[in-house]
Amino acid sequence: MTAQEMVKRQDATPVSREETRSVGRVLVPAVDIFESDVDLTLVADMPGVDKEGLDINLDKGILTINGEVKLPGRGQSLQREFAGTNYYRQFKLSEHIDPEKTSAALVNGVLTLTIPKAESAKPKRIVIRS
Amino acid sequence: MAGWDLFQEMDMLRREIDQAFRGVGRSTLNPSFLPGIGTGDFPRINLSEDEESYFIEAVVPGVDPKDLDLNLMQGTLTLSGERRADEKKGHTWHRHERGAGKFMRTIELPNSVDGTKVDAEYRNGVLLIRLPKQPSAKPKKISVRAN
Repeated sequence: MTAQEMVKRQDATPVSREETRSVGRVLVPAVDIFESDVDLTLVADMPGVDKEGLDINLDKGILTINGEVKLPGRGQSLQREFAGTNYYRQFKLSEHIDPEKTSAALVNGVLTLTIPKAESAKPKRIVIRS
Repeated sequence: MAGWDLFQEMDMLRREIDQAFRGVGRSTLNPSFLPGIGTGDFPRINLSEDEESYFIEAVVPGVDPKDLDLNLMQGTLTLSGERRADEKKGHTWHRHERGAGKFMRTIELPNSVDGTKVDAEYRNGVLLIRLPKQPSAKPKKISVRAN
């Protein structure tokens, strides 16, 4: 990818919802996931979703992100390149996380989830006695 | 949203095929030195109209509204901006699907618009633009006299 091009994965054609019986068509949001020594950060592009339409669920190590898109949809359509399809994506997380302290922020259509690691999973420096 | 429309689906299919084959000949037969920005289709837009104005919805998540630049000249709207990459050092990446960089897109509007009254709002990563039509482009009702 050159600096002048942008990936537009979030605008892909809607797909059927995987692993569920729901018939709704959903978009899979593009995500970045990275890990530091103390936490795990997930960044997802979810344009058109506001705070009320966002549902994040962490159950039995499965993280589910659901986003309801609200667009004003004014006037009669002349050209359409995207549809206001809802977002849905699931992730299986490692057991070494602390779900109680998860924090989420939604800014400019980008969701940032910070999930701290459990104490047992943090790297520990072992001091060697001389 | 709008229901399933055969003609709209056909139009979208045609557009996607055009997009898939764009640059096929260029890359092999006639390599371009610099493809240039403004040739791609980011951001994606929806264009609609009513009797009073045109509406554009553009999907630009994660862009600071200050980094968005909107220009209107002679019926052509230019939307440009930059999505800045997060500077992350010393992290382990598991997935990296989101892109960053500069973008530009030009949209030719079907009819003359009143450039002085354009309204643009950035809401939840979607840019909503309203372009009022010139009085001459608005539909007029002409009453028929009866003799």
